[in-house]
Amino acid sequence: MSFDNAYESLIDHEDTHWAFGTGFSEALAGVDREVPDVDRADLAAYCLMLGDDALILSHRLAEWCSRAPELEEDVALANIALDLLGQSRLLLTRAGEVEGEGRDEDALAFLRDERDFRNVHLAEIECGPFAGGDFATTNARLLVFSAWKIAQYSRLRSSADPVLAAVAAKGLKELAYHRDHAAQWVVRLGDGTDESHRRMRAGLERVWPFLDELFTPHPVELRLAGVAVDPAELRSEVDGVLDAVLSAAGLERPVDVPAARVNGLAGRDGVHTEAFGYLLAEMQHLHRSLPGAKW
Amino acid sequence: MVTKTGTRTALEVAAQVRDPELPVLTLADLGVLRDVTEEDGRVSVTITPTYSGCPALDEMGADLRRSLLEAGFSSVDVRMSLSPAWTTDWISEDGLRKLREAGIAPPSRLGPREAGPVPLNLVPPSRRVPCPRCGSFRTSELSRFGSTVCKSLRRCADCAEPFEHVKEI
Ligand SMILES: [Zn+2]
Repeated sequence: MSFDNAYESLIDHEDTHWAFGTGFSEALAGVDREVPDVDRADLAAYCLMLGDDALILSHRLAEWCSRAPELEEDVALANIALDLLGQSRLLLTRAGEVEGEGRDEDALAFLRDERDFRNVHLAEIECGPFAGGDFATTNARLLVFSAWKIAQYSRLRSSADPVLAAVAAKGLKELAYHRDHAAQWVVRLGDGTDESHRRMRAGLERVWPFLDELFTPHPVELRLAGVAVDPAELRSEVDGVLDAVLSAAGLERPVDVPAARVNGLAGRDGVHTEAFGYLLAEMQHLHRSLPGAKW
Repeated sequence: MVTKTGTRTALEVAAQVRDPELPVLTLADLGVLRDVTEEDGRVSVTITPTYSGCPALDEMGADLRRSLLEAGFSSVDVRMSLSPAWTTDWISEDGLRKLREAGIAPPSRLGPREAGPVPLNLVPPSRRVPCPRCGSFRTSELSRFGSTVCKSLRRCADCAEPFEHVKEI
């Protein structure tokens, strides 16, 4: 096969070569997809929660592309974002198939409105490169997020849902690299100059109010015994990891003052922070303007 | 039942398809080919992703389909399997050698993983990764994340050359 230019090989074949949402996109073809004996709406909602956590943080990390302090970090954050995007594709595909209304991963990622997203606030808040944070803040968030996800996925490996168990077992190895990467930056910055220490501390203070939500069970999680993980169980493991990193970094643990909830509701209920609407506009704009666009 | 079209079985054809990101390896070397079955010219291939977000997966599927159709099989169904999750231990001995010959440091064997807590590394683990060019062990990691998600970037202190390393997962 020969092409006049490099891009030509990427388009217009019976199988589109590239990217997601095109061609060979049945993300779960061949995977054991038996649905366990639980309420299907609950299971679909739970898959959405996990899928949205990964999707939204993936988008936030991708915002660093071409803006990181050094080229290696551009590449690192983009690679981490790609792992999370892969996890979210599988989880959203599962959510759509369990829901049974014909929505695929693209419909769920690009055509839902703000109130229908179920990610925790930690994934969506601005931690840089734009207003609201910087590189230190982004690593503070990534450390907390991946420490929490590792605790959650470790337990999900024995979920009665075979897809969740498989996604968790696979994702866990990726998250281990993400957590190490963030932890090493937290130590390097915390234990660095006065300026880097100050910014790392500010980063931790920015994300700390969003910890509490990570360990607050949603009724769906509690109803899905054997399938879902009760997030309250994760707290001591996550605290242990965070304390170990902070102590190596010479940083103090910020005071726990949980972010306010709206009538007791938060991300898992579809109640989001102000920044989230802007994030969705950016993420969904292309697909909504040009449905099915590919390049 | 094994049908041969010409002289090659479906398994032989599928096993020779190359990985789009590490083209020195075939899918069989990489260990992502889980199953190939064939009946009356209709082939079903099961592959497993290396990383959840590996963008090469779609391309592998397309390449498998094209190669098998070109080899004369009548239809090709590419399926994905997530479990057991792929690890670098699935790369064959032949695959490790081909990587080394291509100037890419192969992963070391990790063996069976424990089910316990995921260890936290506050400094990059100091694995002894020999330079694929001069064999020196005086190498260090420049970046944990390289040109593709499966590789890191290292540097050799003796020959002063940078090189890629397929990192252990
Ligand atoms: Zn060397």
